[in-house]
Amino acid sequence: MNDNQEPVLVCKDLCISYYTRAGEIPAVVDFSLTVKPGETIGIVGESGCGKSTVAMAIMQYMGANGGIKSGGITFKGRDLTTLSEDQLRSIRGSEISMIYQEPFASLNPSLKIDTQLMEVPLAHENISKDEAYRRSVKMLTDVKLPDPERIMASYPHQLSGGQQQRVVIAMGLLSKPSLLLLDEPTTALDVTVEAGIVKLIGDISKTFGTSQIYISHNLGLILETCDRVFVMYSGEVVEEGTINSLFTWPKHPYTHGLFSCIPLPTADKNAAPLTPIRGQLPLPFERPSGCYFGPRCDHFERGLCDSAHFKMENVDGGAPDHRVRCLRYKNINHVKAQPGGTAKKTLKIGKSVLTVDRMKKYYEVKDTSLTALISGKRIRHVKANEELNFTAHESETVAIVGESGCGKSTFAKVLMGLETRTEGEIRHNGKNISKISVQDRSTKQIRSMQMVFQNPFDTLNPSHSIGGQISRVLRKFGVETDKKEIFDRVMTLLDTVKLPRDFYFRKPRQLSGGQKQRIGIARAFAGNPSIVIADEPVSALDVSVAAAVTELLMDIQRKHKTTLLFISHDLSVVRYLSDRIVVMYLGHILERGTANQIFAPPYHPYTEALLSAVPIADPEVTKRKIVLEGNLPSAMNPPKGCPFCTRCHRKLGDICDNELPAEQVVADRHVIKCHIPLEALKKVAPVIHVPDESERLQQQVAV
Amino acid sequence: MILLLLKRIGFMLFTMVVVSIILFLLLETGLTGDPATRVLGNFASDEQKEMWRDQHGYNQPTVVRYAKWLGNFATGNLGTSIRYKGPVKEVLLPRLWNTAVLGFWTFAIMIPLSLILGVLSGMKEGSILDRTISVFGILTTSVPEFASAVFFSALFVFGLKWLPGTSSMAGGFEFKQLILPALVLVVYDFGYVARMTRASMAEVMTSQYIRTAVLKGLPYKQVILKHALRNALIAPFTVIMLQINWLLSGVIVVEFFFAYKGFGALLLEASLNNDIALLEACAMVAVVVAVGSQTIADIGYTFLNPRIRFT
Repeated sequence: MNDNQEPVLVCKDLCISYYTRAGEIPAVVDFSLTVKPGETIGIVGESGCGKSTVAMAIMQYMGANGGIKSGGITFKGRDLTTLSEDQLRSIRGSEISMIYQEPFASLNPSLKIDTQLMEVPLAHENISKDEAYRRSVKMLTDVKLPDPERIMASYPHQLSGGQQQRVVIAMGLLSKPSLLLLDEPTTALDVTVEAGIVKLIGDISKTFGTSQIYISHNLGLILETCDRVFVMYSGEVVEEGTINSLFTWPKHPYTHGLFSCIPLPTADKNAAPLTPIRGQLPLPFERPSGCYFGPRCDHFERGLCDSAHFKMENVDGGAPDHRVRCLRYKNINHVKAQPGGTAKKTLKIGKSVLTVDRMKKYYEVKDTSLTALISGKRIRHVKANEELNFTAHESETVAIVGESGCGKSTFAKVLMGLETRTEGEIRHNGKNISKISVQDRSTKQIRSMQMVFQNPFDTLNPSHSIGGQISRVLRKFGVETDKKEIFDRVMTLLDTVKLPRDFYFRKPRQLSGGQKQRIGIARAFAGNPSIVIADEPVSALDVSVAAAVTELLMDIQRKHKTTLLFISHDLSVVRYLSDRIVVMYLGHILERGTANQIFAPPYHPYTEALLSAVPIADPEVTKRKIVLEGNLPSAMNPPKGCPFCTRCHRKLGDICDNELPAEQVVADRHVIKCHIPLEALKKVAPVIHVPDESERLQQQVAV
Repeated sequence: MILLLLKRIGFMLFTMVVVSIILFLLLETGLTGDPATRVLGNFASDEQKEMWRDQHGYNQPTVVRYAKWLGNFATGNLGTSIRYKGPVKEVLLPRLWNTAVLGFWTFAIMIPLSLILGVLSGMKEGSILDRTISVFGILTTSVPEFASAVFFSALFVFGLKWLPGTSSMAGGFEFKQLILPALVLVVYDFGYVARMTRASMAEVMTSQYIRTAVLKGLPYKQVILKHALRNALIAPFTVIMLQINWLLSGVIVVEFFFAYKGFGALLLEASLNNDIALLEACAMVAVVVAVGSQTIADIGYTFLNPRIRFT
């Protein structure tokens, strides 16, 4: 970074509005930002806060109804808002380029990668096709894609999500832009893939000297990639500063709130519960006067905070570029941002409820190609689950962790009876349920095992009222039969999930994502189940909403002594709320044990890599970096030996390729499936290092 | 690909057999009335009918008759047309050719016209151009062929006296006579295809890969031609292939109106005159065209959309 150089991008008092039939909607208000050469800026905020609008405004691509109301965007001395379409075109893709959230959707499905890459330099520079091809191949090598020639000749759908995102990044870098916009570039990707992309993004500014604007809702990722960070709330920046000063001494109550919503991999649910931010993000035309965060703020002062809108100001005694939009920040006693709710009592783990014994699930895939017809290999197996063994007890939370395609959702389906297992047994309260499909299960069995789904937006029937949908479940489960009783039960359920009672008459479209998920939880708990399977219940929600929903789920579990099977890819959430963790990879359980056992050595090498991939929003916590190479092998054609051998960083040799490792018992119910002897695994240093109090103090003095 | 073709041909044969059984049961057995009465008329005496049955082998068991009939059909012996007093093949083939000529010119005008207008209006949804094209499309599609046929005749034949009113091609093939029937068909069908293209194009234009293409700094023309068009053509392609089916029966009104000697007019005459053999042959032609055009559509997909691959 060079402070003397001209800034690459300056946004000054930018106001962006959308014009609809309902009138003008101010999406972004008073946004100011300066990007220096080689610098990486993070913009963080929840959905609807205007962070993507800023990126689109910089690109001058806002659709027909969006427009810049006032303020300017200056890129290398040129005001972007006054440029003609032709002038903009010469800047887009060559000087500013963008990387998008969903790599698959942003690549043209019917053109090969080579066409899509080569047209970037061809459109901006006067070079030959051979030269463009050569450059594209070189760039694919630079973004660490193996076999670039093959990738060049592929269509997007033939690549994995991580490869697609690397292609999009390569596309963005092809013309050596001076500014790169990254809009949630890893949200659609798996954690280990994300770790690889984040590392690549970090290297970009070093190798190419590109300035970057990194937009994300994930504070941990911002910490790993950026130099400075802007926190946005409801269309405006509420706090900005360098990573170090903002993450160590956040000043704005909203920034604080965000930190308290994220479980750190050091926290657990009983000692330090999450404290969600109460209330909801105000809609743009419902913004209060004064501080937009006022209605949700614990430090709100009538007469001061709600009088007039105020500007950002420099933090007294803070770093020079640490600024905050809060009048009372000096009066608020900021304890170190940490999940700091009041401790809750630990639940006693009860008797065993669910036993999974050598459960296998294979899917048959019929190959109809001519070659298969001739060779006679018409039926192939997708080995979704291989020999799953574990138990779950009453009031226990068991998390199943793994990347997409590891078989965790298949397992949930088998458990629910949507699929039947190929071999092995599942016993629920002593009864073998593995062979009974859901249609043949008794109402009581169905009732006692329920599910909370990942996407609350699609799971509610849009044409039925909330009350009607829950009542129907109660009737179907035979909980109540009398109309009046059912109504009363729905009311109690709404109380349980902390929603107002008049939601009974509402339709799903009138609810926000978090509210819908609460209804999903109410529906699952309607029959007072003994086991609830939650399949990524909060991954589609914003951080502050996710925290509230997580806490709710925990509270209900405490009350009903439910066994919770929590399926997730997010290790921080898993660490926070689960008692036991099962780590899955390619249909196999590689490691299982209590949360503490999983998060401390000895680790399975895969667990170690997963832990290293978790972004942590605490600058004082240090991690060992392990980036996995390659892709998840296909479940149709898994490796012969250890499933993880193709990507393992601790691979021993041939034994890993050829033999399936046996389970090594570390302690009671802590099992690792690996060839490496336990003694060697025990010597591995912890991945995550959390400084204790004395180290923290020393660091603060040093800063 | 070869497997797909084989499968499709097998499927076509299967459909034809099923259709032939249904046709046979309907037309050649007593299920829907006596075939002899159908052919000889209500005033034929019982003896005459009996003689006719004997002559044409109608007294044999149904299964045997069906097998014979199918065998004849498979070897190209389509039977004798009662109406035209000659082999069906000789009547059918020139008629089919005439309709193919009419269909070719209709499509040759309609497809480029509707695709271009559809793409133009889908490119900028809500623009004046888009609205004009959309309204025009709805207008022309909502007027049925017989109404527009009357209208165009009144205008070009009786009003302006530019074109002949009938297209019987009595004095040999004359292109002038083809214009009005083709025009009526184009006007009716173009709005439909154009609207499909518009919807498909508009959807593609809002997709993220178009945003990527624009933000790459590509010229607008290249964004449309290289990135949008191919993806936007997938949906209209299906519709166009289905229009071939529609054309086979859709031409009836037009061919009858302009006295054009095509397949549609033949079908109409065959059914009006209880010409059993001719009807059967026409139905089989329809099946071949329907299954055949769908096979072409499926193969065409693989070129437009690389995500679909037949192995």
